[in-house]
Amino acid sequence: MTLAFRPARVALHAFLVLTCLATLAPLLWALYASLRTYDDTARNGYFSVAESLTLDNFTTAWTQADLPHYYLNTLIVTVPALVLVLLLSSMVAYGVSRFGFRFNVALLMLFTAGNLLPQQVIVTPLWRLYLLTPLPSWLSDSGMLLDSQLGLVLIHVAFQSGFCVFVLSNYMKTIPRELGEAARVDGAGVFRQYWQVILPLCRPALAALATLEFTWIYNDFLWALVLIQTGEKMPITSALQNLKGTFFVDNNLVAAGSLLVALPTLVVFFVLQRQFIGGLTLGSTKG
Amino acid sequence: MTALDSPAKPAGASAPSPTSRRGRRRRATALAPRDKLVLGLMLGVPSLLHLALVWVPALGSVGLSFSSWDGIGGFADIDWVGFQNYVDIFTRYPRFWPAVQHNLIWLLFLLVVPTVAGLLLAVLLDRQLRFGRIYQSALYLPMVVSLALVGFIWQLIYQPEQGLLNNVLGTASTDPVNWLGDPDINLYAVLVAAGWRHTGYVMLLYLAGLKSVDPALKEAAALDGANAWQTFFRVTFPVLKPVNVVVLVVTVIEGLRAFDIVYVINKGRNGLELLSVLVTDNIIGESSRIGWGSALAVVLLLISLGFIITYLFQVFREEERT
Repeated sequence: MTLAFRPARVALHAFLVLTCLATLAPLLWALYASLRTYDDTARNGYFSVAESLTLDNFTTAWTQADLPHYYLNTLIVTVPALVLVLLLSSMVAYGVSRFGFRFNVALLMLFTAGNLLPQQVIVTPLWRLYLLTPLPSWLSDSGMLLDSQLGLVLIHVAFQSGFCVFVLSNYMKTIPRELGEAARVDGAGVFRQYWQVILPLCRPALAALATLEFTWIYNDFLWALVLIQTGEKMPITSALQNLKGTFFVDNNLVAAGSLLVALPTLVVFFVLQRQFIGGLTLGSTKG
Repeated sequence: MTALDSPAKPAGASAPSPTSRRGRRRRATALAPRDKLVLGLMLGVPSLLHLALVWVPALGSVGLSFSSWDGIGGFADIDWVGFQNYVDIFTRYPRFWPAVQHNLIWLLFLLVVPTVAGLLLAVLLDRQLRFGRIYQSALYLPMVVSLALVGFIWQLIYQPEQGLLNNVLGTASTDPVNWLGDPDINLYAVLVAAGWRHTGYVMLLYLAGLKSVDPALKEAAALDGANAWQTFFRVTFPVLKPVNVVVLVVTVIEGLRAFDIVYVINKGRNGLELLSVLVTDNIIGESSRIGWGSALAVVLLLISLGFIITYLFQVFREEERT
């Protein structure tokens, strides 16, 4: 393109490059600090040219703070929550978008509004409710919903289903009715129509939502902070707070630990960026 | 990126509505009993879960806000005190008004700075541009970092002697500014960090909105002799109204939810008090005052409700139009 050499274009690119660098600066600064040795930064300060770069901080953070344990905690919560929220939300979306029940709009509004509530509006009675709900010990070693991974999964599913129902029902409305119709004529019940016809067609929307919801559930801080009381059971995002004082004592380790915690979401973003962006636009811009 | 939202838009618009409505009614009555049961379960189980864990506690907050309860003992031990909690919160609780003020500053800041920046960047990027995708990726990136981690990462920038900012400004060794420790400025320092994360999101929403603006509109304006500035403010921006509403609501909700970042920085004290922190303090803090915390939550609920209703109105009015 000849346009690229016009001064206005050059100025635009210069502005965008600077903005992008400014945006990335905090992460790059953390990366730089994490790659330096403690001796180096203690002697020269953090605002200096590194004497050497090393990955030692990452291995130290990984082993000292027992990060694999906390990654596992997150995995135990995130995977079931992700599967359940997509499954349950797609069922509701199917019912609401394919059948003309009178309560459809009300139900959709309820889910959509529920997802917009600030968590703090819910959290106090929820905490109390969890305290009052006994569970058998094989489900929760605390003997109740409070301080159990199941409790965390349930609130993620309940809270996030608002957004997923909204997105999926909009998506399903675009699927021609005739498709379900054909299956019905062939004698398929509603569940088979849902499972074998509609759901496979929703794959792009489900992929987008899965990417987005993974990030959101992974990044949750408040639910785990309030509903999990044993530090050992905390998912990684909430555990970092406790780890900071005890294991991550200097800036280099804090930086390395923070980046390790951010890593899964960064990887998901780089690999599945299209889905991530698609999910957000799908949910937020109608019309 | 638009592969997903393009099919979502035509919605029911293409289907002739009278026939589809008749079709829907017929289907609703023609369901076999077994199908009715299956559908009932498919709709009922998730709805019950959502109601039980989201709306029942939300209403519970309203109910319990009229009580004085330390959470010990059963419901029979609850003292009902009417509006006493609210009266005390409004008149005697020293942390309340600062928190309200901080929340308002938070909302104003997010509504102005990241929104304007996000809109500007979206307009700049909404064209054929070499490296356009790379720019977008870089600007979106902060969005995937949790707000708690944003707090950790920005602490490395704001530290008085070792932080990046004071060193760049050259004040680190002479007169270091305590960005996060000084109650007069720490709110704004935190807001810059929160805005850093929020800008990409706003940009994304506006970019998607701009892509859906009919190019013919802009061409027509250009033919009529409008310059780029006029085209944007007279033609493009008015068409973006639905996106503006979404950005407004998303930003307000984000602002009211803000908690993680101030909590990891200093547990929401010393200039960083927010309503969300006050509510949470009543559960994980020393005192467990259920009624008190609930009353604070209701204040939060009332503020957010107006915006939630605006959003529902916007979204579902369009629904009816299609």
